[in-house]
This record gives sequence, C-alpha cells and structure tokens, in this order.
Amino acid sequence: MASIWQYANPAKFMATTARFMGPLWVLSIATLATGLIWGFFFTPDDFKQGSTVKIIYLHVPSAMMAINAWIMMLVASLIWLIRRHHVSALAAKAAAPIGVTFTLIAMATGAVWGKPMWGTYWAWDPRLTSFMILLIFYFGYIALWEALEDKDLAADLTSILCMVGSVFALLSRYAVQFWSQGLHQGTSIPLVTGERQVDDVFFIPLLFAMGGFILLFITLLLLRTRTAIRLRRIQALKAKET
Amino acid sequence: MWAIIQRDISLAFAQGGGLLLTVAFFLILVVFVPFGIGPAPTLLSKIAPGMLWIGALLATLLSLDRIFQLDFEDGTLDALATAPIPLTGLVTAKALAHWITTGLPLTLAALPLGFLLFLPNGQYMWLFLSLLIGTPALSFIGTFGAALTLSIKRGGLLLSLLVLPLFVPTLLFGVQAIIHPDHTIMLALLAVISLLSAAVLPFVTALALRAGLR
Amino acid sequence: MYGLDKYAPDVLLAYALGMALLAAIILGSVIQSKRAKKRLEDLE
Repeated sequence: MASIWQYANPAKFMATTARFMGPLWVLSIATLATGLIWGFFFTPDDFKQGSTVKIIYLHVPSAMMAINAWIMMLVASLIWLIRRHHVSALAAKAAAPIGVTFTLIAMATGAVWGKPMWGTYWAWDPRLTSFMILLIFYFGYIALWEALEDKDLAADLTSILCMVGSVFALLSRYAVQFWSQGLHQGTSIPLVTGERQVDDVFFIPLLFAMGGFILLFITLLLLRTRTAIRLRRIQALKAKET
Repeated sequence: MWAIIQRDISLAFAQGGGLLLTVAFFLILVVFVPFGIGPAPTLLSKIAPGMLWIGALLATLLSLDRIFQLDFEDGTLDALATAPIPLTGLVTAKALAHWITTGLPLTLAALPLGFLLFLPNGQYMWLFLSLLIGTPALSFIGTFGAALTLSIKRGGLLLSLLVLPLFVPTLLFGVQAIIHPDHTIMLALLAVISLLSAAVLPFVTALALRAGLR
Repeated sequence: MYGLDKYAPDVLLAYALGMALLAAIILGSVIQSKRAKKRLEDLE
C-alpha cells in the first residue's frame, strides 16, 4: 500500500508536507548557516588566493544545485508526461525560479572570483558559456508556462520543452568545448575524482554549504509546490463561482 | 506527404513572396553589419562566417510562425491531424517544406552576400556546405518551436526565446565548419546535429501538436 | 571594522551578492506562499 505514488494526490501531498515544513526550514537554514559562517569566519586563508578563496562556499554549491534543479525539472516533467500526476507538473514549475536564482548566484560569485584570479569578470569559457545557456533555457521554460492559459496544456508543452531542452543543452555543453579552451580547474570533490585535493579544513565546511543548498532547494521546492497547488485550488473555486 | 510539401511550397510562393521576404531580411542583416562595425575589409572578412550564420539563423526565425499558424487558424490543421497519414509524417513534411522555402534559398543567397563581407576566397565552399548541411536542423528545430507556441496568440517573441537556445549547437558547429582547419570533422558533427534533429524531433513535435489540438 | 577589514573586497562583494539573491528567493517564495494561503482561506 505504501507506494510513493500516493503522494501524487494533491490533498495527500499537502497533508504530508505540512508536517515536514517546519523542521525542514530549521534544518536547511541551520546547515546552510553552519557551512557559510564556518567557511567565512573560521577557515584559514589560502596561501595563494588569500581570503578570496572563501567564495567557494557560495560558488560551488550554487553551481551544483543550478544544474541539479534542471535535472529535477526533467525528472518531474517525465513523470508528468508518463503518469500525469499534477503535483509533479507543479513541482517542475516550482523548481524553475529556484534554478534561476542558483544560476545567478553561481554566475555572480564566479564573476567576482574571476576578476582577481583570471583578471576578468567574464570570459567565454565553456563552463561560463554553458551556464549562460542554462539561464536562457530557464527563462524560456518559465516564459512558456506563463504564456499558456490552459494549465494542463502548459504542463504538457513545458515538459516537452524541458525534455528537448535537456538534450540540446547537453549538446551545447560539448559543442562549446570545441569552440573555446577552458579556464576552470577540474572538479576537486573526492567523490568525483577519486582522490582528495582539498584540505579537510576547507572541505568540511564546503560539505555543510552543499548540504545546506540541497536542503534549501528541497524546502523551497516543497513550499513553492504547495503555493502552486493552493493557487490551482483558488482558480478552481473561482471558476465554480462564475 | 509529397502533396503536403508541394502545397506548402506553392503557398510560400503565392503568399506575397514569403520566400522573397526571408531572403531580403537576410540581405538587410548582412548589409547592416558594416554599418555597425565599420567598413574595414580585414575585420569584416574575419567575422564574415559568423555573421552570415547568425543572419541565416535570424532570417529562419522570422519565417517560423508561418509553418502552422495559417493552417491552424482556418482549421486545415485539424483536418490534417485526423487524416490517415500519421502526425509525425505531417510534421516531417512541414519541416522539409520549410527548409526548401527558407533554408535552401538562404544557403544560395549566402554566397553572394559573402562577397559583401569579404569572405576569404577559400571559405566559399565550406560556407555553402555548412549552411546546406546545417539549415535542415534549423527547420526541424523551428518546426518544433512553432508547434509549442501554436495556441499562443502573438507568440512570435516567445517562439524566438524558445528556439534560439536550441540553435546553439548548430550555430557553433556551423561556424566551426567554415573556420576550423579541420573542416570535415566539424561538418560531420554538424551533420550529426541535423540528422538527430530530423530523426527525433518530428515525434516530439507531433506530441506537442496533439496536445495543442486537443 | 567588525574584523571584516582582513577580508579582500571581492569576498565581501561575493557574499553580499549571494546573500541578497538567496534572501530574494526565500522571501519571494514565503510571501507568495502566505498570500496564496490567505486568499484560499478567504475563498473557503
């Protein structure tokens, strides 16, 4: 009986998430604050970069979540197209503005970091370019949601756009590598590289900051999905009145 | 399918020269480049491949809302959707007709326009080949965008916002095919984009059309 | 001042920008949520 799909029922979703929202807020703000405060005040300066290295605690987690938010939208879109759960479509819609914000944070902090390190706020480096393209995809996705009156049709079409957009964003990601050489260093997360390049003093607060961004994303996502469900209810009630 | 392609082509010729309009727009865009950056031949010849590709891209964009809009408004599209041919076939025919009436003329027009921007002599063949191979991708992607914005009134601006980011890989490989020393590899990658678009996008476009017509 | 002068100006700027954007999305989401909740309660 306990199937994950029972949460696809909006009423069930609202009741279940209502119980989690409070603790989730506390947990995500606490984790995020721990990571950022620890990183900002209690880590040593880098011998080469000075205190500038501390931008990492905002830059890396937000960049990671900017991409993950899109992947989550893709999964939610596929669930909507295949199983037609309304909560799923609304969750995809709710994720987009959060993704935009994280993309902007990654780009803004990256620009500030790029000035002392590379001597420029902006360069047409493959990763910077990919993030710019990602940002445009987010804008297109949001604009399509807003433009369509019929919300089921909007859910269908935005899901299809998200699917096609993912493929083309990936193609662009590889296309820009033929076109420009990168400035970024490779990833330094041991999970990905298999070995540790960053010292523990930097790495543990970074893990907290990443956890904080993940938790904050989930919290905001649930909150925005709940808002979207309520707005849908308001629409339905208004339609009944007239 | 051939009937639909023929019908769309003759419509494009009949409708007050939609085809001519696209090429004229391309011409204006190219002529405006020296106005914007100055007439120095060295600079112009350097940016010519990119400018010609961007011009072709924007001219394509201009013609996209014609693909389904008229048929949608007068109900022909509903009739075609219930016709015995699959919707995917209809979409493919529409995209091919669009390519014949925009992509192909733009490819041919790019050669004399390259002259205006002092395109280096050795690049004419690559310009021709890259546009010939790349513009079908633009038509298939554009048809997809047109299907998405079908039910939106005055969706032209939105259509551009949705379609342009999808054009990025085509543009990158298209220009690289002209300027990169290893032309053939870039042409092959460009061909991959076009084939992928032609093979997969009609199914997705049909999905979007069916949702829009429901 | 407040011990912040040992930080490079770029760190401070990056944190200010990051915090401002985080605050914007959090506050925006919360305000939208409160508004929707109130409107729904009024209707019901």
